[in-house]
Amino acid sequence: MNQTTTTDPKSSARAYTHPGLPEPADKDYAVIGKSKPKIDARVKVTGQARYTADLKFPNMIYGKILTSPHAHARILSIDTSEAEKIPGVKAVITHKDVPTLKYGISPARWDENIFCIDTVKFVGDKVAAVACIDEETCYKALKAIKVEYEVLPAVLDPLHAMDEDAPQIHPEYPLNKNTEIHQDFGDVDEAFSKADYVRTDTFIGNRTYQAPLEPHTATSIWQDGKLTVYSSTQSPHYFQYYIAREFGLPMGDVRIIKTYVGGGFGGKLEPTGLEFAGAVLARLTGRPVKMFYDRAEMFAHNRGRHRQYMKLTTGVKANGRILGVHADFIMDGGAYTSLGIASAYYAGAMLTLTYDFENYRFDMNRVYTNLPACGAQRGHGAPQPRYAFEAHLDNIAKELGIDPVEIRLLNARKPNTVTPNAFVVNSCEMVACLEQARDVSGWAEKKGKLPAGHGIGIATGSFVSGAGYPIYRTDLPQSAAMIKVAEDGTAATLYTGATDIGQGSDTVLCQMAAEAMGYTYEQMKIVAADTETTPHDFGAYSSRQTLMSGAAVKEAGDDVKKQLLEMAGEMLNLPPELLDVRSGKISAKDNPETTLTFEEAARTFFVKKGPLMGRGSYAPPKLGGRHKGAPVGTSPAYSFAAQVSEVEIDEETGEVAVLDVWDVHDCGQVINPALLHAQVHGALYMGMGESIWEEVRFDANGKIQNPTLGEYRLPTALDMPRMHSSLVPSYEPAGPWGVKEVGEGATIPTMGCFRNAIFDAMGVSVNSLPLTQEKVWAALREKRKADGEDVWDPMACECFIE
Amino acid sequence: MQTISDKQGVKRYLINLTVNGDEYSPVIKGNTLLVNLLRDELDLTGTKKGCELGDCGSCTVLMDGKPVDSCLVLALEADGCEIITIEGVAQHGELDRLQRSFIDNAAIQCGYCTPGMILSAKALLTRNPHPTEPEVRAAISGNLCRCTGYVNIVKAVLDAAEATE
Ligand code: FES
Ligand code: FES
Repeated sequence: MNQTTTTDPKSSARAYTHPGLPEPADKDYAVIGKSKPKIDARVKVTGQARYTADLKFPNMIYGKILTSPHAHARILSIDTSEAEKIPGVKAVITHKDVPTLKYGISPARWDENIFCIDTVKFVGDKVAAVACIDEETCYKALKAIKVEYEVLPAVLDPLHAMDEDAPQIHPEYPLNKNTEIHQDFGDVDEAFSKADYVRTDTFIGNRTYQAPLEPHTATSIWQDGKLTVYSSTQSPHYFQYYIAREFGLPMGDVRIIKTYVGGGFGGKLEPTGLEFAGAVLARLTGRPVKMFYDRAEMFAHNRGRHRQYMKLTTGVKANGRILGVHADFIMDGGAYTSLGIASAYYAGAMLTLTYDFENYRFDMNRVYTNLPACGAQRGHGAPQPRYAFEAHLDNIAKELGIDPVEIRLLNARKPNTVTPNAFVVNSCEMVACLEQARDVSGWAEKKGKLPAGHGIGIATGSFVSGAGYPIYRTDLPQSAAMIKVAEDGTAATLYTGATDIGQGSDTVLCQMAAEAMGYTYEQMKIVAADTETTPHDFGAYSSRQTLMSGAAVKEAGDDVKKQLLEMAGEMLNLPPELLDVRSGKISAKDNPETTLTFEEAARTFFVKKGPLMGRGSYAPPKLGGRHKGAPVGTSPAYSFAAQVSEVEIDEETGEVAVLDVWDVHDCGQVINPALLHAQVHGALYMGMGESIWEEVRFDANGKIQNPTLGEYRLPTALDMPRMHSSLVPSYEPAGPWGVKEVGEGATIPTMGCFRNAIFDAMGVSVNSLPLTQEKVWAALREKRKADGEDVWDPMACECFIE
Repeated sequence: MQTISDKQGVKRYLINLTVNGDEYSPVIKGNTLLVNLLRDELDLTGTKKGCELGDCGSCTVLMDGKPVDSCLVLALEADGCEIITIEGVAQHGELDRLQRSFIDNAAIQCGYCTPGMILSAKALLTRNPHPTEPEVRAAISGNLCRCTGYVNIVKAVLDAAEATE
């Protein structure tokens, strides 16, 4: 992975083609574009919705995992004999009882074992597991397992992980290098030599955690050689694939069933020790085994956002036009790969989207450390580099005396363009987003005119509408769907592998099915995310389901409609081309008097031909350039967003109060406006938490200091600003009905937007996330000192000295 | 309170409590948490567990009308109390106005915080039928939601209050 790829920006990108349909003139939709209530709303407000931890099975027992107390240590011995003697303990397992095949979600770096064999690599690494008649006995049994360790020096500082004398974490990966990237597009050096102003800034991103409200849970059951796992998962398919691989089972003998899931945000994309250890415990005991992480164990399992060190150099003309950019990053990957190879590529790849420049160099090292492994969190690798770039751009604008909105408008990407790293952008309303954000926020009246301590900032973002390629190499389509119309036509069931983790995919996909079939949403039922009953789909990640699963669902709906109208044509003695169906009513196009109901035609179809079923599948066209890592960041379509925020800073304490945030999104055709804006609210909330409070902190031994929701500091209802979410009209030819993503995109601009508002308010730059009160206070103090003010130093005050 | 001991001498207590209007007399251990009594013994799994530390509020139930984190309450302490869980909010299949309002305002995403949110909001509206927005925010500030940014939840509670006579 250590080579430089130089690619001419234009030669590697395929010529722009509209991969889809032109925008329809008549957008008079019956079901989509409407704020239908969520299909699962009633079961969720009444407490009927069953999440994995709510399921009980006859003869079920409970399992827990024993984890390492050391960041890096050699396992000398494990003695389970005392634990096995405790009444109620049904099984105790270590690495000797499980397959030793390494696994991971990234095929290029399988580096995890079900249980550690020689060394433990972070505080929380998996060592053994127990299955017992109840939870209390599990904890007793874990305490009774004796593990002897030889403590080894640990790598806790990612900036020193690549030092020659640093301890080696994985012998296969020298210098603790997990992923090394060098990409070069165009000629950055020449761009810098032609620039009027070249500037370098360095920023640090924070290690954050998804913290879904529902803890990970999995219940494993064996029956006749088949393993069934009920799991709080974002992707039944990847769970099935990797669990089957680990145990050498045919995929058909592994069934993954998603229950209701209490949020994921990237953290539930890959199988955990709960599924692997649970499967072994269930096989050994012959009983269903329920495994779960408590909150502290969730923090230790992690797979949240990487801490990143980001150095950016940009060359611009005097008017602010960007000529070239060099991004030079280091990422703290933690002890394992997780989805980190993709995170590392994403970090650089997504920087080319919102602004149009031709010359770009990206260098990255994702390093191993003896800390919990990092992975994909909402927005994947993109939000922190975006924070860094937006901050960097404001520094440049200030130096050149250009308004932050103007410099962005000048550089904003246009539709039907290709990025230097060969991403084809079809629809793109970046300019409209910026203009609307400027106008709705009252930028012109506020910028430079706000009272002391107030500031206003702007930032942009862009995200994929589904990763162009699956995580492991396969020719499976991205998504497939089936629709079965009930025998009497009074209901239709959508079968989809798409995974609703709260974002509402079950609802929008049923709306899309009904629209395509000419049916009503209220009559739709759904069976989703069960690898045995529903057709393949890769699941909920990379904001892929509205476009990709939606395309498969539309095809299945079109298929039903075609068959239904053929039957109706027979019944009415008319050619089917002359008929249409909408909201359950079939009518002749030229004679609205001639009608038939969907039910009548569907019922007749069943009587004459058997089940009325529709099928659909979706595979994107071949995307991306030919350079190394080219697939990461490809997508059939990209969303765009601009955000403005207004903040008030307490000059004495450094406390940041965010007053208002305006998000303006280009997300193509909207399927469900209420759910769409709710996604923006949630993404902004997460972005705000990461911007101002959230950070996983470690002590000197690599142990997490704040593994609770309170101390990690999830924002509460009292912390949130006024949020304003609005859209610009947009149509994406690559998406069904013109759709694009929204769920992750709104997290991306937030951090940079707040930083820029603080910069505007106080003239100080906070160069690391989160933008805490202490950091703002310290930056203000430095500024006062630099301004020659006599600054009181609290640390020098005797009352602070113990 | 009646007690019995098991073979190891660990005591069990017979408690009496009302849950959603029904009377129960379970036999519990001294360290049994109310949340586990409700979920594991009574199969009322609408009450969720997100942290078991009192941080998240997903386990909120009403105990004699007051919202409590049932992960911080011993089942013993519920002896003689009236408990309302999310399963007891709709009456005879008829949704409470708060539940309706959560649906109408798109205030539910993953739904994991929803039972606790609705019970905290219910307690608020019972003691203060017409709260201000800051009062609503304060009342649900012990209930974390990772999905919604609280925007539509606050709207839903205010809307439900508006609909109140
Ligand atoms: S589970 Fe009780 S407060 Fe979180
Ligand atoms: S809706 Fe998911 S935590 Fe509130």
